[in-house]
Amino acid sequence: MSGDARAPALPGEEEERARLERALDPGPGLRGWLRSVSHRDVGRRYVATAFVFFALAGAAAAAMRAQLLFADNDWIGPDLYNQLFTMHGTTMMFLFAVPVMEGLAVYLVPLMLGTRNVAFPRLNAFGYYTFALAGIVLWTAFALDVGPDTGWFSYPPLAGPEFSPGKRVDFWAQLVTLTEVAALVAAVEIVATTFRQRAPGMSLDRIPLFVWAMLVTSFMVVFAMPAVMLASTYLALDRLVGTHFFNPVEGGEALLYQHLFWFFGHPEVYIIFVPALGIVSSIVSAFARRPVFGYPAMVLSLIATGFVSFGLWVHHMFATGLPELGESFFTAASLLIALPTGVQIFCWIATLWTGRLVFATPLLYVIGFVATFVLGGLTGVLQASVPIDTQVHDTFFVVAHLHYTLVGGAVFPLLGGIHFWFPKLTGRMASERLGKLGFALVFAGFHLTFFPMHQLGLAGMPRRVYTYAPDSGFEPLNQLAGAGAAVLALGVLVFAGNLLWSARRGRVAGPDPWGAETLEWSAPSPPPRYGFLHPPVVFGRDGLWEREAGSAVVTGLRSEPESGTYEVLLTNLVDARPELRADLPGPSIFPFLTAVSLVGTLVASVFTPWAPVFGGVPIFLSLLGWPVRTPPAPVVLREGEVPDVRPAPARAAP
Amino acid sequence: MSERPAALDVSVLPAHAFGSRGLAWWATVGFIVIEAGMFAMVIASLFYLHGEEAQWPPAPFAPPELLWGTVNTAILLLSAWPNHEMRLAAERLDLAGVRRWILVADAFSVAFLAVRWLELGDLNVRWDSNAYGSVVWVLIGFHTFHLLTDAIESMVLTAMVLGSPGPRRYVDVSENGIYWYFVVVVWIPIYAVVYLLPRWW
Repeated sequence: MSGDARAPALPGEEEERARLERALDPGPGLRGWLRSVSHRDVGRRYVATAFVFFALAGAAAAAMRAQLLFADNDWIGPDLYNQLFTMHGTTMMFLFAVPVMEGLAVYLVPLMLGTRNVAFPRLNAFGYYTFALAGIVLWTAFALDVGPDTGWFSYPPLAGPEFSPGKRVDFWAQLVTLTEVAALVAAVEIVATTFRQRAPGMSLDRIPLFVWAMLVTSFMVVFAMPAVMLASTYLALDRLVGTHFFNPVEGGEALLYQHLFWFFGHPEVYIIFVPALGIVSSIVSAFARRPVFGYPAMVLSLIATGFVSFGLWVHHMFATGLPELGESFFTAASLLIALPTGVQIFCWIATLWTGRLVFATPLLYVIGFVATFVLGGLTGVLQASVPIDTQVHDTFFVVAHLHYTLVGGAVFPLLGGIHFWFPKLTGRMASERLGKLGFALVFAGFHLTFFPMHQLGLAGMPRRVYTYAPDSGFEPLNQLAGAGAAVLALGVLVFAGNLLWSARRGRVAGPDPWGAETLEWSAPSPPPRYGFLHPPVVFGRDGLWEREAGSAVVTGLRSEPESGTYEVLLTNLVDARPELRADLPGPSIFPFLTAVSLVGTLVASVFTPWAPVFGGVPIFLSLLGWPVRTPPAPVVLREGEVPDVRPAPARAAP
Repeated sequence: MSERPAALDVSVLPAHAFGSRGLAWWATVGFIVIEAGMFAMVIASLFYLHGEEAQWPPAPFAPPELLWGTVNTAILLLSAWPNHEMRLAAERLDLAGVRRWILVADAFSVAFLAVRWLELGDLNVRWDSNAYGSVVWVLIGFHTFHLLTDAIESMVLTAMVLGSPGPRRYVDVSENGIYWYFVVVVWIPIYAVVYLLPRWW
């Protein structure tokens, strides 16, 4: 039935399975749903919630494309248009791109490392609820006509108290702070899990490339996100309690905001892009049927990308009149970052060139990624040059560039990755025919939408303006882009419909349908909440492809359903020698309660500066529950019923 | 692939460890790094605003009074001593020692919170006076928030160790001590930029 079933049972196995099931069982109903702290549940919810926000932001984009179909169009007025592009950008960056990658990591990293959960399961659940509630509040505000309208980066003075009265920007500032809290929490989880919970034998030079990518991303989150939290906090303070950080009349400085924002904002692009590199490596090795060429070069490139990404932020501010020497430095760094990415692209090409290719949907997305991202990278190198940047600043050329890098560089690999890991997530295969159709529509629709924007930008069409004049000549290319957007939307619908249908009706997958090498493919599909009954031992870099040499598993980890705890193995940082058994906490409602209190406090702070004082009380009280190891719900037996200690029903049975 | 897999029995390994060998340390250090980054960026924004002014603090404001800030610096630095003893006692699994030193450390946290209140009255500027006042208040406010949450956390831990703590609590006490060090150490640059920079720069 499952990966474990390849080998005969070890003594005491069924009892152990039942104990683990109980230790991680959050109980029935809504309360149980809110109590779960399994990385499997939290990771799946992260990905699903992020895709809901993706759909909402996509709808906002479709509305804008419709508005731009005709010159002097008035379907959508300037006020709503401002809200739409702000919601589109904010949602795609803060509520989709970062959370979906972190959610995928929360789901996959423990499985790839051969451990049972992330290092801090309750913190992990707290991060998810904070993110989800923040997004719900933001979209509720939009529905009530309190949607932010000053762009996804909300620069003062436009976003300051003088030029944006009302509550719109307040909601933006506080909710951005909350999404960063969630991102930081997930980053700490992933670092601790990767450093300490690797399977015995998985030394640093044997970590799967996806995990390396998420590790680098997590470090970038740790160093970049505090800057935007500070920027949004200063902005909120300026608006709510009368500080003067960005008020030049009282010694403040609006450019300070831009520095803080882009110190986060440029690494942010790589925070989104680097996980995608990890996805691409996973897909390439599985479908080229060989390990990725140049593992050390790949890892070093990932790390180099992480470092250099912090030296780019000023290239978003070339139009603000900074000293020339400073601009030269940032130009050099912006050109430099193309190198590590180039190294990786060449390594993938070498892998594909020497492999035996299987052209399944995930590989098609990877090929689409390489083609699209290279174009986006080329326009990026152009814009690293100050004169060109100044010329195309705030035009549709930049819109084209950023979509080629972000959609081409991150969304294509992500969609391929979802197809790739779909059998692991659901236990069933996604339809290949619909998958390929979806890819073709998404790829063609994307280029049809965004390629004309290069020309529109060069011809001078500004971004963030709700319409254009009839004699500007912008109409035909906007109509082409509109047609492309319709094809793209159809492609996304085919993608979503395929997954929804296949989750119920797809072919049953089994543990390793692609014959891939990383350890998540040795767990059942979908994995149980505890991941592995007996965590694996690793003998080489290529996990399952080296199993022929013999296999070994970890035994002797205890689980105590009575107190809701179970153990994971900690190994040392460099060469993953077994070091300690650490017990992890079981299900709890308190992370959810803390997230509700925190989100409630920041939302209330939009209306009264006393909110943190009052909100501190429920936050404190709910935190008191975190160390409590709750026993699971007692098994209540009806008359004549026998206790059910069988293993979980095997959904992947052939 | 039908033979039974070899088993690596780890039941003989210990279940608790102090410092970086345990898991909790990684969360503590992770959040210290994040918050240190926040403090560094607030200080960077202070210097950014400083660079825009001919005079610091801008006229007509006087620098903060030295007395309470300096007293509090002394209290904070001294609190490293009970904190150190508390951590040593925890690592010896010495319950009586932990109880004694955590109570001393709690007394210190009450003292520096009380003095902080006096400090806030002596800053000679309000957060809404000008950008200088804003950044000074955010810096001190953010640090006070850390003092307050760490004091509350220590009180909760005190209640736990006055009961009958399991081995996990000793690790928690030790971790809390690391965080305390952070709150003390981060104060030194803050003191320098808030109290000394306006006088001698």
